[in-house]
Formats: sequence, structure tokens, C-alpha cells
Amino acid sequence: MFHKTKSVLATLAATAALTTGAFAGSHAKLSGDLVIFSDMSNPAPRAVMEGMVERFGEMHPDLNIELTVIDREAYKTQIRNFLTANAPDVANWYAANRMRPYVDAGLFEDISDVWEDPELADLASTKGAMTLDGKQWGVPYTYYQWGVYYRKDIYEELGLNEPATFEEMKSNCQTILDSGRKCYTIGTKFLWTAGGWFDYLNMRTNGYDYHAKLTGGEIPWTDEGVAKTFANWRELIDMGAFIDNHTAYSWQESLPFIVSGEAAAILKGNFAVPPLREAGLDDSKLDFYQFPSINPDVELAEDAPTDTFHIPSGAKNKEAAKAFLKFVVSAENQTLINNGDNLGQLPVNAKSSVDDDKFLKEGFEMLSSNSPGGVAQFFDRDAPAEMAKVAMEGFQEFMVKPDNLDKIIDRLDRAAQRIYK
Amino acid sequence: MSSSTEAATKASWYKRNEIAATPWLFLIPGVAMFLLYVIFPIFQSINVSFYDWDGLGEAQWVGMGNYEELYWDDAFYVSLRNNLIWLVLYLLAIPAGLFIALFLNQTVTGIRLYKSLFFFPFVISQVVVGLVFTWFYDPTFGLLNQFLAVFGIDPINVLGDERFVTYGIIAAGIWPQTAYCMILYLTGLNAVDPEQIEAARLDGAKGWKMLWHIIVPQLKPATFIAFVVTIIGALRSFDLISIMTNGGPFGESRVLSFYMFEVALSEYGFRMGYGASIAVVLFLIMLCFITYFLWSMYKDEKGGR
Repeated sequence: MFHKTKSVLATLAATAALTTGAFAGSHAKLSGDLVIFSDMSNPAPRAVMEGMVERFGEMHPDLNIELTVIDREAYKTQIRNFLTANAPDVANWYAANRMRPYVDAGLFEDISDVWEDPELADLASTKGAMTLDGKQWGVPYTYYQWGVYYRKDIYEELGLNEPATFEEMKSNCQTILDSGRKCYTIGTKFLWTAGGWFDYLNMRTNGYDYHAKLTGGEIPWTDEGVAKTFANWRELIDMGAFIDNHTAYSWQESLPFIVSGEAAAILKGNFAVPPLREAGLDDSKLDFYQFPSINPDVELAEDAPTDTFHIPSGAKNKEAAKAFLKFVVSAENQTLINNGDNLGQLPVNAKSSVDDDKFLKEGFEMLSSNSPGGVAQFFDRDAPAEMAKVAMEGFQEFMVKPDNLDKIIDRLDRAAQRIYK
Repeated sequence: MSSSTEAATKASWYKRNEIAATPWLFLIPGVAMFLLYVIFPIFQSINVSFYDWDGLGEAQWVGMGNYEELYWDDAFYVSLRNNLIWLVLYLLAIPAGLFIALFLNQTVTGIRLYKSLFFFPFVISQVVVGLVFTWFYDPTFGLLNQFLAVFGIDPINVLGDERFVTYGIIAAGIWPQTAYCMILYLTGLNAVDPEQIEAARLDGAKGWKMLWHIIVPQLKPATFIAFVVTIIGALRSFDLISIMTNGGPFGESRVLSFYMFEVALSEYGFRMGYGASIAVVLFLIMLCFITYFLWSMYKDEKGGR
């Protein structure tokens, strides 16, 4: 499970790198060991991580960088152990409430001083997601938009347009259903995909602030607004908008339905694009639209989960770690690691450029100019882990048995009273 | 004379107690490991179950709070119910194993090959068994539903429907467990006394009577072991659930061990105290069986003397 890449880079290339990599801190002389634990274990992210270590190493020839890449899923449980027992200098994690247990336990270093650096002013859009208790606990390195990825060719065949309102969304869906297809594919076996639907339906019905208060425990689940959200969701369920048997599939297993044309769309993060392209859906067949507005009185808000780097409080070489964090968020590095050949996601630095990719451009445009309500992380990052689990299980049950709604709400309310006390 | 008694009293404590002490000396490493890794954690778990603890911060004493919450927790009862279903249905592996063993207990060319083929599911990993059955049950592409479609039956979403999911997983689990019981019975059948069978045959016993009154009683040791491993297997039914459904749909296929894992150790969990209280309940259930096994073993040994 562990893959060790030991990069001991002491080459003359350092001079060359220094001339290109112009950012604050690069001039400080760094030495000693820098231990990095990363969860970027999929092939593309892994190459990105190794590339960053190499380039950072070239800038600081005296620094001995030790990178350990851990399987992404296993990392989620291992982080607890290594933060307490054998803390690295830099570690990956996720933004918002997902940081809460480690911040509360004092295992993440407060790096508000790094954020005071003028260069980090360009990261203003994600600062909120990195802030807990008024302090910053890490830096983002990538994020991606969520939205509806749909089969353009099917929409054209049926003469449909991208919907802007919930009414259009439903009438489109009816046309699609009449043509013998399903409107949306989804695989709820691992629950969180249903959380995406709840995020959007709730943010469109009640707005971002309401959603944030709900996931933050300030609004009870028995509230009328939640009931409205579920009522809207129920309209789609009762139409038969979602594929049958979605409880048996993971999100990857739900993709063949959109590839084969049995379903016309999927609500998903941008990470769904590469597998769909690989399966043969080129840009003439696959397109993207922002989740339509439901309640015209609320501003549009989006989900854009952010992945992050942190410094554990037990780190030994904090100076080098801070320099590495600044390097990661620098405009130039952000442009490079988020381009289509690497992560294929959105850069967090406003000064970096978005790769020339249809979906990235549309997503960047949407997040920067058409998401006035705010940017949420994702249900299981905004709500505390325990609440997220209970709630997403409820969403899954609701999608199969909408009549159980009262029981589900009761259960969520009881869980919320215990968790947010 | 006097010098020899003097020598005896002078001999070391160990020399005097050699016979009694040596077995204990040999047992010490094993006993120490057992105490450290089995007995001590049991009490530690019981202790943790009285606290509210996320595994990182300060543990907070809540007394019976975790158990009280268990009492009101629907998910706990679902898991408990599933555990009971597992215990009962998993035992089917024993008669199934017996009949396959009887069927294979003959001398035909290549019987070793057939035996090993029947034993095969036990050799492959539970994870692989789980994956194979997941594909088998797939509501759209799976073999089961393709087969049902031939008879015009609508597809059944075995793993996605809360009514069938537990039975679907048990069926997958019984497959390797049957193979295990079969092996136990095959070795047991080797030890069956041919003279008794001969005698019974002379007395006119055959078929079911022969099986029930002559063969099965002689297989009692094998049955006992098969019973023990099957019960333990049913209570450990964790890997299949994790692979096939991850506890879903909406928690309907969870058993206590999986629920404990979810609550205490999974991505969304980390309630160590609550997990420990589930573990304690599971331990108490197991304790009933363990007590029964120990008691019957004790009785056997006493009878043997």
C-alpha cells in the first residue's frame, strides 16, 4: 500500500528553477528533511505530486524531501494514526468541516501567518473553506465544479435545450422519459452521490445560507424548508427520473447507463468527465449545464469540493513545510498542476489560467461569475462526518421509499440533536 | 542419611518443584500473549464503552449512556436481527456439507479432482466470492437476472432491495462455508467404523435410517467442529457485507460487527465508545456460544476419563 519515492535532489538545475519559479519564500535557504504524506494515489494526481516534489526540490537543493503516497481511501483512516504518532511535515486532507476533528484535537497547525502573505490574497475564493474558528488551517491546491453532465446528442434528437428553471428541467425529463430513457443516472451504493442531489435541491430551494445553517446544525431537520426540498426531490422521484436499482451501483458502475444512452444525464463533479470521455463520449455528445434555478428568490450557489494541504502540529520542519505550501498555491504551479494533462481541474489561484478545456472553462466561468450565493464544499464535508452518514443514508432510503420521509426526518432530527449538542 | 536430607533441603526451589513448574514455564509466552492481546483488550473495550471518545481528544465518562442510546437505535436492532438471520441460515452449510461429503465419499477415478473442485470456493478469498456474487446479482447485467428473464421473471435487485439483501449475502457466504463443512465431514467419514455399518446392514438398516442412526452419531466430533466454525463464521460475517453492499441499502444489510466498524472506524465514524458498546453486546452473544462449547467440551473430557 505504501509507495515510497525518495527524492534526494541536489543538482545544479536549482539555478535554472530559481529563475523561473518566482514566488515569496523561494529565496529563503531551506535545509533538513521535509516529510510529505499524500493521498494522491490515482495515476494522474500521483504524477502531479511527484512532479511538485521534484520541482520544489530543484529550488531547494539542500532540502531532502521524502514523499510517501498512500492509497486515497486508506488514507482517510490512517491520517488519524500518523497525525498523532508519527506526524509528517505536510499532509493532504479536505476543506471545511472535514478538518474539524483534527483542528479541535490540535493536530493541524494554525497557518494564518502564511495566509497574511500578499501572494495568498489571490486565493480569496477558497479562504472561507479553509477557515475554522477565525483561523486558517491549510491551503487548497485544487477544486472542481459540480453540475449536470448530459448527452448533447440525445437532447438534440428530442429537441431539448439546457433547462434554466425547475419547470423546464421537469418538462425536459418528461420528454426523455417518454422516449424510453431515464433522465438521470446515479449509483447510491456508497451514499454520497445522493448527498450531491440534496445539496443542489436544498441550495436551489432554500439558498446557500440556509444550507450552511442546516449542515452546521443551526436549523433543525424538521424545518419547513427541508420539507420543501424533499417535496421537490419527490417530484423527480415520482416521475421516475432516476434509474432503477441505483442502490446496487457505485458511481462508476452508474456511468454505463449514460454511455449507452439509457439515461440522459448525471449530476456529478468534473471528475466524471475523463471516464466518460474514455468510454467514447466526445465533446459532441457530452455537455454540461449548471443545475437550474428552483426558487427564483434565492441566489444560485454551487458545490465545489476543495482538496488541501496541511501542516500537522507535530511537524518537525515547519519552515520548509510553509514554503512548500506557498509553492503549491503559487499562480504558476496552479496553472501547471490543474491543466488537462495533469489533474484536469480548476486552479485555486485567481492569477493562474484555466486550461483550454470545454468543461473546465464552463465550470470556471460558472463558479467565478454565476454562483453569487456562495460555494459549498459538499454535503459530507460541510456537515460533521457522523451527521453526513446518517443523513445520506436517509437520502438513499428516501430515493427508494419516498413514503418513509416522516420516519427519516425523525431519525435525522434525533441524530442532529445528539451530534450538534 | 542425614547428609542426603540436607542435600534435598538445599536443592533449589525449582529443583523441588520441577514437575509442577515446568509446564507453566512453557506456557508463559503463550499465556502472556493471550493476556496481552485477547484478555486485556476485552476489558479495555468494556471500559471504553462507558466513555464518549472520538479516538483523538479527551474521553468523557458517560456511564451507561452508550447502551441507552443503543436501546433507542433502530440501526442496532436491524443489525441484531440480521445477526440472528445469519446465525440460523448459515447453519444450513452443515447439512449441505454433509450431503456433498456423502456424495463424494466414493472411489471413482478422479475423485480427488472432484473433491478439490468442491473445496475450491473455500480456498479463494472471501473478497473474490463477494465480487463474483455481486456481479452474479447485478440487476441489469447479472447472470441471475439473465437467467430469470428466460422464464419471463422481472429482474430482482437482490443487493439493492432491503427485503432480499441479507439473504443474498448469506447465500454467497454459504457457498465457501459448505465446502469447509464438506472437508470436515470427508475426514470424519474416513473414521467411520465399517464393522458397525456391516452389522447395521445385517440388521436391515439402510438409507435414511442408516445415515441417521449409524453414520451421523459417529460423525459427532466433525459435527461439533463444523457447528463451532459455522457459528463463528456467521458472527464474523464482515468481509462479504463490506464488499457486496457496504451495509446498504440504507443500512439494511448491516450486522453488529459491521455496524461497530462503521460507527468506530469507518470514514464517517470515530465514536469509539459507541462502537465499543456494540462490541460488548456482540461479545455477550458470542459468550453464550463460547460457554456452551466449553461446557460441552468439559463434559466430554469428564466422560472420557
